[in-house]
Formats: sequence, C-alpha cells, structure tokens
Amino acid sequence: MAKKQSELTNGMFSNNPIFVQALGMCPTLATTTSATNGLGMGMATLAVLIMSNIVISLIRKLVPSKIRIPVYIIIIAGFVTMIDLLMHGFLYDLWKTLGLFIPLIVVNCLILGRAEAYASQNSVFKSILDALGMGLGFAGGLILLGSVREILGAGTWFGLTLWGDAFNVFIMILPPGAFITLGLLAAMFNWMGISREEKKKKKAKAAKKAGETA
Amino acid sequence: MNVFLIFMSAILVNNFVLQRFLGICPFLGVSKKIDTAVGMSLAVIFVMVLASVITWLLNGLLVIMGLGFLKTIVFILVIASLVQFVEIFLKKVSPGLYEALGIFLPLITTNCAILGLALLNIQNNYGLLETIFNALGAGFGFGLALILFAGIREQMEFADIPKPFKGLAGTLITAGILSMAFVGFSGMIKL
Repeated sequence: MAKKQSELTNGMFSNNPIFVQALGMCPTLATTTSATNGLGMGMATLAVLIMSNIVISLIRKLVPSKIRIPVYIIIIAGFVTMIDLLMHGFLYDLWKTLGLFIPLIVVNCLILGRAEAYASQNSVFKSILDALGMGLGFAGGLILLGSVREILGAGTWFGLTLWGDAFNVFIMILPPGAFITLGLLAAMFNWMGISREEKKKKKAKAAKKAGETA
Repeated sequence: MNVFLIFMSAILVNNFVLQRFLGICPFLGVSKKIDTAVGMSLAVIFVMVLASVITWLLNGLLVIMGLGFLKTIVFILVIASLVQFVEIFLKKVSPGLYEALGIFLPLITTNCAILGLALLNIQNNYGLLETIFNALGAGFGFGLALILFAGIREQMEFADIPKPFKGLAGTLITAGILSMAFVGFSGMIKL
C-alpha cells in the first residue's frame, strides 16, 4: 500500500509538474487570472490526463513503438475535443474565459509526458493513480497561483470579496503578474528545499561528531 | 481590415509569448544563447506561416463537410506531419539551413504557439491574406521576445543572484519584467 501512496503523492509534491518539472507552463501562466479559472483549467487537464492514461495503458501492448507518439496525440486530441464540447455545453462562461487554452490542452507537455513516461509501461490501475497525482499536483499549483494573483490583483478569492478595490496591485492580473508570481513561488519552494537540506546536513554533521567523540 | 495593423499588433501589442503566453516552453528552454535563439525563431516563423496557410485551407474544407468540431485533431496532425515533412525537405534541398535549424525542428510540434495561431486565425475569421500576415507577425513577435530574452540571459550568467532565485525562478521574474515593458504597447492598436 505504501508504494501506491507514493505513486499518488509523487506527482502532488516531490515531482510537482509545475514547480519542480516546469511542465505545462503556457496554461499555467495564461489561465490563472483568478482562482476559479485555475480550478477550471486544472480540472479539465485532470480529466483529460486520467482518460488518456487509462486508454494508453490499455493499448500499451498493441501499439508499435515506432508510431506510438502520433497514436498518443490522436487519443489525447480526441479526449480534449470531448472536454471542449462538454464545457461549451455545460460551463459556457468558463469555456469562454479559458478560450483558446482548452483546445491547447492537446499540446500540454504534461499529458504526453505522462503517457510516454508512465502509462505506456504500467498497468491501468497504477496509471490512474499516477494521473490523479500528477493532475491534482497540476491543479493545486494552478489554484495556488490563481489565488495569489486574484487576492493581490482584485481583492477577491473565488469571487468572494475580501477587501475589494481598497488595495489592489492591478499588475498581478496582467500578464507580467503571472511571470512574477510564479517566479516568486518557485523561489519560495527552492528556498524551502535549500533550508531543509542544510538542516539535514547539519544534523548529519552533528551525528558524525557525536559518533566520533563516542 | 488592414493587414499591416494585424502584423504590427501580433508583434507588439498581442505578443505571442509575453502577452498571450503561447510558446513558453521554447521561450524558457532555448533562450540561453543568442545563436540558438535566432535559429529557433527562424524555424518557428517558417513553420508558422506554412501551418497557418494549410490549416486555413483545411478548415474551409472541414466547414463545408460540417465537421468543424474536428479541427483540433486535424490541426495537430497536420502540424506534426508538416514539421516532419519540412525536416525531410530541408535535409534534401538545403542541408546548410537544415544543419542550422537541426534540433529545433522536431521541438516545434509541441510548441503551442503554432496550434494556438492556427486556432486564432479561425476564431478571428481571418481571410487568407490576413492569416499570412498574422502568422508572420506572430513569428516575428516570438523571435523578438526570444532574442531579447536570450540577450538578457547571457548577461545574467555573470550576475550574482541569490541562491533560491537561480534557475527557473529568476528566469521567470526576468520574463515578467520584459513582459511589463510590452504591456506599454497595449492600447496602441485597437483591432
């Protein structure tokens, strides 16, 4: 069971697609003008990722390795078209704001990357777990980025007014805000990683010293 | 609509990389040196114009057959095979150019700027001439952003950056500042 858990958490934290692997940067930067938009994009990507991972894992033994990439792309494009039409039908407002970036899920390197690196070599169940972990990690990153930008830029969170127009950094909702917020968040995670490593080193050193004196 | 306005707006006001966030992966990935940035830009301009024209023609066909909803699947296949075809063609006809563009060509398939441009042309109901100029503008805009950014990053190599900001974080913040400069162009051309 422990191993299954690690498959799930791998994508969420230690190999987070946005902050660690820097995959799928275009939708990450473009659709996070608000937390709601980030959530919508994250869920659409998660749905496509799970379905494509399932199908690719099912047919992994049938596809000749030479033409596997075009086959994967067609499968992914098929699911993206389905999501596109479904969102057009049921979530029209969100579909309109996300606009171009829904069909562009096809070229999100995260999805093709998971198909190639994981689903094409592992069982269906494991591939679903992997897709869930990676997809939730991606969606979580989008929601975090969208929240920071929406709170600072518009004074609202998921549409709820926090302080309204009283204190707004308007640039956060504009394109430069996306680059800068993501850069600062990445720096923060780097810093956390660095300080954790230094603590570990200090501990190891102390342990070594203790061992030597003993 | 004035094609010159479309061209200029695609370069400056709606810059594909810095304002529309299309093609961020190559923008961050191939911008370490100016030489490679120039190579990548040329390859992208070339494929953008070709892909735009072909997808525009194909879309006309799809609409006639009532299969407009299939355009995402058809376009991505067209772009993937087009890139492959351009690679083979250049290898035969102009080995020099092929050598220069070499590794960048296959990377272009997954560049969302190409598919994005093809879809934008359809969304905006552009005619063939407008499509070509929009593609040229998008390509030059991509090149401008990429080459400017490569110039900045070459200088950044020598800068003493705090440790957490090294790598992706510092690159993104620099891109943010460059993007801020391009915000200054917004409102200059209204389409």
